[in-house]
Amino acid sequence: MDSLQQLYQDIILDHARRRVGAGELAGEPGEHQAQSHQHNPLCGDDITLRATVQDGRIETITWDGDGCSISMASASVLSEMLQGQSVDEFTEANTAFHELMGSRGKVAGEDVEETLGDAAAFAGVSKFPARVKCALLSWEAAKDAIARAGL
Amino acid sequence: MTQSSPAQAPQQPQLDAAEVQRLRADFPVLEQEVNGHPLVYLDSGATSQKPFCVWEAEQHYYETSNAAVHRGAHTLAVAATDAFEDARAAVARFVGAGEREIVWTSNATEALNLIAYSFSNASAGAGGPEAERFRLGPGDEIVATGMEHHANLIPWQELAARTGATFRWIPLHADASLDLEAAAGVVGPRTRILAFTHVSNVLGLVNDVAALVALGRSVGAYTVLDACQSAPHLPLDLGALGVDFAAFSGHKMLGPTGIGALYGRAELLDAMPPFLFGGSMISTVSMERAEYLPAPQRFEAGTQRIAQVVGLAAAVGYLSEVGMDRVAGWEHHLGARLLTGLASVPGVRVLGPDPDSGVQRTATVPFEVQGVHPHDVGQFLDSHGVAVRVGHHCAEPLHRFLGVSASTRASAYLYNTEADVDALLNALSDVRGFFGVK
Repeated sequence: MDSLQQLYQDIILDHARRRVGAGELAGEPGEHQAQSHQHNPLCGDDITLRATVQDGRIETITWDGDGCSISMASASVLSEMLQGQSVDEFTEANTAFHELMGSRGKVAGEDVEETLGDAAAFAGVSKFPARVKCALLSWEAAKDAIARAGL
Repeated sequence: MTQSSPAQAPQQPQLDAAEVQRLRADFPVLEQEVNGHPLVYLDSGATSQKPFCVWEAEQHYYETSNAAVHRGAHTLAVAATDAFEDARAAVARFVGAGEREIVWTSNATEALNLIAYSFSNASAGAGGPEAERFRLGPGDEIVATGMEHHANLIPWQELAARTGATFRWIPLHADASLDLEAAAGVVGPRTRILAFTHVSNVLGLVNDVAALVALGRSVGAYTVLDACQSAPHLPLDLGALGVDFAAFSGHKMLGPTGIGALYGRAELLDAMPPFLFGGSMISTVSMERAEYLPAPQRFEAGTQRIAQVVGLAAAVGYLSEVGMDRVAGWEHHLGARLLTGLASVPGVRVLGPDPDSGVQRTATVPFEVQGVHPHDVGQFLDSHGVAVRVGHHCAEPLHRFLGVSASTRASAYLYNTEADVDALLNALSDVRGFFGVK
């Protein structure tokens, strides 16, 4: 598998097309909800992500965004995997994902699959420093929204 | 330096594929493989590659005459000052300016900010009676266009905010070319500055400078030309164009990074208050106040970028030897191949005016691939050794106008070949398949 295929794993291309949790965010965030807007001025990736958190548990992640396949797939994977997770589990996964993105290809996807699930497929992104921000955009939005929704 | 000299004299009628092939030997960076493919560099709009002679000139300067310029009486200081001022004369000739009309800056961005800050200082009362004509205030208007690079947009927005003037812009036609009829409604007696690009850094279209200068003059506005994408690619005669100011960057025209220039008509530069203050720009200084040298020195505070200036002179020497009309001719050929070729790739849409619209376009061509984000297009092309620019190319308002958040831009230069264009087109034909777009 060449590095381009490692970057664009089938899981990623599939999520980029399916966009789990994507759609127009109706109205303002309600009770137990908060949303975060993140923008990458370099490439125009843009996401608004809304989290619903109750009793330390993430109930839903929905989002509206526009951007490259890496950024869109990342948001889709997050939306799918965080449903029902505890905030602590998210914090652990968020740390693992940031470590993976900073690894410059030294961490293999299989080694973090247990913690990261489908998000481990982004291992190949870490070899492309210019694309790491694309993968992290929705995680930044999720961290921000979850922290404020859980207050 | 024979190795780096262009292979042909400027009298040759046209730059052709064989000669371009010989010129490429002067650009060693082009002779490499990227991701298993020969490098196809189509990002000269962002920065150009450099021929040997540019860094050889810098090296020669450091080896033989490095010293601070315009100070000290020793032999090296004289040699360095000569090299520095000879370079100014060479660059001035290259763009049709007088020697005293070229001010060195870090880049075009700094040159445009220099104008804005000088006007700003004048508006705050600096510069005495001669600078009164640069004062801006409420009721005055600064006009740019809807297609500007951020560097020819934000300095004017900010100047307006600092002085109380109003910032306005000339709208675009639906095809993103400048609406000159609407311009006549935007530019009026209140307009003090009219800033516009010569060649759009995104669309590669060439604006009608003569019409805009005539419009600016008719209302007594100062005209500011962004020449970043014209100075490298087209024969340029700023004096003949009649603009009051212009800005260009060395690194886009075969020169080093870190050096650019401001052009200003001498009588304006001499009357404008300085922007940066310090050494080398003063005539007398007391503990209470200072008086300033005439232009260009009044705008060149501090130790200058001497080696880069020398490198830029070598770059314009190289371009002049090839001949700018011949460079423009070859790029016109490549541009036509790009425009036609891109339009014929299924799922690819060229942004900007149609080829039959009559709007002149250079070999800088933006496009979108339906169903694939530009960042992904760029990544895919890179895996095929093809370097292009993706994003909004520092022209976010223009992209918003085009209805896209980003685009992919191919931009060619004198060292690009027909094969480079074809490599781009071949790789592009596989992009949508790779991303599963039907």
